[in-house]
This record gives sequence, structure tokens and C-alpha cells, in this order.
Amino acid sequence: MIITTKKNIEDVLEMLKPYNKIFVGGCGTCSTSCMTGGEEQVNEMVEILGDRAVAGHVFEEPCDIRLVKRDLKEVKDKIEEAEVILELCCGAGAQVVSEVTEKFVLPGCDTIFLGETIRIGRFQELCKMCGQCVLHETGTICPLTRCAKGLINGPCGGYAEGKCEVGNYENDCAWCLIYEQLKKFDRLDLFVKPTLPRDWSIKSSPQKIMLR
Amino acid sequence: MREAYSELMKKINAGEFVFTGELEPEKTTDLHEVIEQARALKGYVTACNVTDNPKSCAYTSPLAASYMVQRDSGMETVYQCTVRDRNRLALVSDLLAAGSLGLKNVLALSGDHTTLGDNPGALPVYDVDSLGLVYMARKMVVDGTDLVGLEIEHPPKFNIAMAGNPNAEPLEPEVLKCERKTLGLGDYGADFIQTQVVFEIEKAKTWLKEIEYLNTPCIIGIFPIKSYGMAKFFNTAIPGVSVPDFLMDMFKDAKKIEDKQKKKDKYLEINIEYFTDFCREIYKTTKAAGIHIMAVNYVQCTPPLVEAVLKA
Repeated sequence: MIITTKKNIEDVLEMLKPYNKIFVGGCGTCSTSCMTGGEEQVNEMVEILGDRAVAGHVFEEPCDIRLVKRDLKEVKDKIEEAEVILELCCGAGAQVVSEVTEKFVLPGCDTIFLGETIRIGRFQELCKMCGQCVLHETGTICPLTRCAKGLINGPCGGYAEGKCEVGNYENDCAWCLIYEQLKKFDRLDLFVKPTLPRDWSIKSSPQKIMLR
Repeated sequence: MREAYSELMKKINAGEFVFTGELEPEKTTDLHEVIEQARALKGYVTACNVTDNPKSCAYTSPLAASYMVQRDSGMETVYQCTVRDRNRLALVSDLLAAGSLGLKNVLALSGDHTTLGDNPGALPVYDVDSLGLVYMARKMVVDGTDLVGLEIEHPPKFNIAMAGNPNAEPLEPEVLKCERKTLGLGDYGADFIQTQVVFEIEKAKTWLKEIEYLNTPCIIGIFPIKSYGMAKFFNTAIPGVSVPDFLMDMFKDAKKIEDKQKKKDKYLEINIEYFTDFCREIYKTTKAAGIHIMAVNYVQCTPPLVEAVLKA
């Protein structure tokens, strides 16, 4: 899931300053789970904007161009009436909504990471989407994401009692976790196998995948 | 035994117990103090590490500082190079520059994380990690090429060091990491290891025993303490590092001395006494290649300490 957080409301109001007819869009998937762009948050924003809000609507999946086109039919008039759309979802969704509506779209959220839901309102980053998965060598624990430095060849000198110095020793050292995991599965042979510098060109932006 | 390009590596290969020092260029363009410290250490240590933005604080480049130290003091340097601030293009540039400036030792480090430094908003790079840097540097020396195999005209010749942490808890991941960066890389692995500061002799000895199978020379790091406050800092702010209780008590007593000079003298005396015993023990009972004395801005500690250890 794409984890988002709400932008500071003062910053949002500042970017909305020039506009008096604002449409508030939400996201029925990730941002609903993150409580950043669900029904409740869209209504809350509409209330804050008062008369300046023309309407609010939660798009089922704003990052899917087909679903946005479908959902737009329901709110076509309101979108046309609006000068601007405030989109409460991830950056991908905001861009899709902008492309489909041809409106000036402003982001109401910050996109933080791809993560795991631990429980309601608690999320953890687990994958950097690096394009060259190494989990088969690291006991299914991603060092690029879970090591603060993204080191791919073992721990740095900054761990103590299995905790990382970045973040005041509150987070686990990814490489201590990897060590424990590989030891548990009797695969410490992987722990001493060097990984040579990665080819970052694989991640050159913008990425596209065309299966058909 | 690895081919030696530096005096430091030559001495290590010859089985001589070596001492290295540490110099820290700071946020200034005036390096005369660093050069003065190097001069003061001449004859006592074989080489001095020159730090690269330590604690992630943006200071004068160790590349320039290492060159100036060697040029103006004659002290060989260990150019510390972190992968935190530069991608592989910049690292290759700097390694080539190091070669052309006559630097003979490179210590490959990951570097303290940017968020712990004086520009916490900086982007940490980590294009390659410290193993990648060891590999790149050794590839230059061994193959005369860069990372992708492109030939280097007049490739640099230097010895490559890596860091190890005897305080690591648990210790095995740290030892295995050292294996990865030495035996794991074969010919492209590090030439020698320098450790982080360790105060407890048993930790140092355990470490040396644990890494013996790597057959890689290891220099143990020590840190003479200038004040009781600094001792407390090591004990409380750096998990894994602990100053022995009796040493803490000695520093605590010294702090009570009112006369500033006498207090300084006492601190120095405690350091010399403690670390002489520590270094003698390492020298006599282990296979360590030497001692790295991190007496940054405390050079007066090093000559008497080295003399006392060697006298023994």
C-alpha cells in the first residue's frame, strides 16, 4: 500500500488562497486506509473550506485512469464548476486526476512510502521499489529500505544491541535482523557473499512498463 | 601478504608493530593547526588518518588536507573516504586525485548518517557502500581499471583499509561483514583493518581472536580522553562503548583538581598510564598489527604513550 500523510493544513490553505471554487477529491483505497483521503477526510476538508468548496468526492482508485474516468461521470458538473481540485491521495493519483480532468490539481497529502499496515494508523516501510530485489539473499528483509543507509553488504559500525544509531537506537538494525534470519534458516553463507555495486540505471525515472 | 605501496603497509608486512594517529580538518580554510599536529606526531606514528566529514559535519575535504599534511609535514596519511557524500563518479575522481597527489592509504567508510550531522537535511548518497568502495579502489590497483573495466592511464597505487567495530553487539554480524569485505572479495578485498575506539582490553582481544581467520592485519583503535565530560559522553552517548569503571573514577577524581594545568597534567597522566598498559597487552599478547591513536586535538598524549609502549 502507498502510505500518505496529510499536508499541514496551513500549507494547504496557503496553496488554495487564490481560489474560491475548490473541488475536494479523495482516494477509496490506500488513502482511505491511511486516513488521509477517505470519506471522513474529504468531508472534513469540505467543512474547513466552507462556501469555497463546490463538492467533495472519493474516487475509488485515483491512480487508475480508467476508474477515474468512470467516477468523473458522477461529478462532472461540479468538477467543471471548480477552479481547482484539491486531491487527497498519493502523488500518482493527483497526477492522474489532473490528466483526466485537465484541471489544476493541488496535492493535499505527502506520499511517504510503500509499506505494511501494522494496525489501523500504524504503517511501516518495507520496500523501496528498487527494481532489483535482493530478498533472496537477505532472509526476506530488505536492507535497502530497512537499513538507514541502504547498505547492501552488512552492517555499519552504528549498531548497538541490535539497534540502529539513526533514530536514537529505537529501530532495529536491518543487518542484525538479516543475520538472525539467515542463522535461523542455516543460510549464513549468504551473509558473507559480497554484493557488488548495483546498476541504478534500472531505476532511471520516469519508469514505464508496457506488457502489451 | 598484500603488496605494500605505503610505508604503513610496508611496516605491517615487515611485522613491525605500528602506530597511527588521527587528524581532523574542521570547518576552516586554515589547516596550519592540523599540519602542526602532524609535525608533532612525526617519528611517533607511521601515518595519520585524515577524517572525512566526521559525524556528518561538512568540513574541509580530507583529500586536500591529506595532500597538504604530506607536503608540509612529511607525515604519511590514511585518506578517509566515505560513500555517504559522493556517487561512484565522484569517488573514482577522488581516488584518481588521491593517486595523483601521492596518497598511499585509503580507508573506505560508509560515514555517519547525514541526519546525525550539521546539515541534517542533506541527501545521503550511498550509491555504493563501503564494500563497493573497497572493491572499486582495489580494482584500480589490481586491474588498473575503474569499476566498469575501463582502463586507467597510470592507475593509482595505494593500500586500502576498512573499519571494524570490536564493540558491536551482537559481534558475529560485524565479524562476518569483515569476512565479506576481505576473504569474500578475494584479491579485491581490503588490505588491512582499523577498528573503532575500544576501551576494554578484553573486547579488543576477543575481537582479534574472532577475526584471526581473516588473515588481515588489524590495527586497534584507542581514544585518549581529555576530560571527565568526554569519558561520560563515551559511556552514555555511544552504546556499546564503555569506559571501565576504575578509569571513570580516576577521571572523576581528576575533575576535582582546581588548578587547570594540574588538572590537565593529571588527565594526561591517567591516559598514559591506562593506555600504556592497554597497548602493551595488545602488543605482547595478540597478533594486532598496531594501535590507532585517535588523539584528535590531543597530540601531547601520543609521543609519551608510544615511547612507553615501545620501551616495554
